[in-house]
Amino acid sequence: MSSITIIGSGLAGYTLAREFRKLDKQTPLRIITADQGDFYSKPMLSNALSKQQTPQQLVNTPAAQMAEKENIEIINQCMVESIDRDQQVLHTSQGEFSYSELVLCNGANQIKLNIDGDATDEVMRVNSLQDYEAFYQQLQGKKHIVIMGAGLIGCEFANDLGNAGYQVSLVDLAPQPLGRLLPRQAAADLQAALSAQGIHWYLDNSVSAINHSDDGYAIELCDNTRLQADLVLSAVGLRADTGLAEAAGLACQRGIVVNEFMQTSDAHIYALGDCAEINGQLLPYVMPIMIGARALAKTLHGEYTAVNYPAMPVMVKTPACPVVVCPPPAQQHGEWFEEIVEGGVKSLFKQDDKLMGFALTGSATAHKQQLSRSLGQAAD
Amino acid sequence: MKKYECIVCGFIYDEAEGWPDDGIAPGTKWEDIPEDWACPDCGVAKSDFEMVEI
Repeated sequence: MSSITIIGSGLAGYTLAREFRKLDKQTPLRIITADQGDFYSKPMLSNALSKQQTPQQLVNTPAAQMAEKENIEIINQCMVESIDRDQQVLHTSQGEFSYSELVLCNGANQIKLNIDGDATDEVMRVNSLQDYEAFYQQLQGKKHIVIMGAGLIGCEFANDLGNAGYQVSLVDLAPQPLGRLLPRQAAADLQAALSAQGIHWYLDNSVSAINHSDDGYAIELCDNTRLQADLVLSAVGLRADTGLAEAAGLACQRGIVVNEFMQTSDAHIYALGDCAEINGQLLPYVMPIMIGARALAKTLHGEYTAVNYPAMPVMVKTPACPVVVCPPPAQQHGEWFEEIVEGGVKSLFKQDDKLMGFALTGSATAHKQQLSRSLGQAAD
Repeated sequence: MKKYECIVCGFIYDEAEGWPDDGIAPGTKWEDIPEDWACPDCGVAKSDFEMVEI
């Protein structure tokens, strides 16, 4: 009898399970996960302090309830050690499990920078509810938090910590926040709004050493600035978790390589979410996971369905200055046209007259729907 | 009757249809949905929804 096994219980794993169950109530479905398997919303981790939510309150549905509701066998706290592709068997810390179709939803890891000093092991990274629990515990009684990385996660945490009364310093190599997503004016708007919240910036800069000191940590930056911190959070980016797939001989580049059916180089193994690379692209956001999961659920149900991504604007949850960005495709020719409007910035990326991407801050985020519909068309 | 979209994942709540899975009857107005209700697809909070035109 056929059976489907999913490795990972994050948004990708659970969304796929739920979408598959809408089509097929019977085929055995198993999720193997290294953590508890509780369903929670990853985007909420970097907004929980402002909402005064404890890590426990972030659990939307406990694992046992997910198992019952969706008729899934959940094997939690289980590490998958290897994939035997010939036998279609997984070797794990809890024994062997056979599969007919396997889906890798094992996500990504926060990149760990090589930094000098005797306290680098204490740098925190948050990429799961479990990580967040540890971070939340460590935060108690602390004041000054240094965040390495002013990308999406770094800025969201900075805003959330600032709201909750912490003193926050952001350090980034780029000369602006959200360096890979936003054009200059839009970034300046976000930076000004976060500065007004009391956030300090160390841009065009990076951390060179982290050592223990009498009052927490002594941080040295490349330009020789010295900062004191009670806690250091690293949010310098994600690296797809390809270890298991590579060891099994599956094609991997920056992520596990999949075709438009989310299929890896093995016809019985698929990959979805932060671990997957599709058309040379990593799409570590919520919307591509949802759309990919719906297509893959149909394919696993026997109806081969290529994923077709529409415009997928990314929300940056920084309440001090809401940001929506729909980045232009990689290698897209064209340029940004930025307009400062009342209460925000409206930035359009155009090739000739055609709208190929946009970035909106503050009040300009109201144009999101209209601009999403205009992508690929002539714009004023 | 209005529709509201989750700005994180694209899920649409249609007041006309409600969301019976969570005990929200058809016709339930957005304002009457409990504040602790979460997006059925991605789990973000009710405050992460916005009204969309039909």
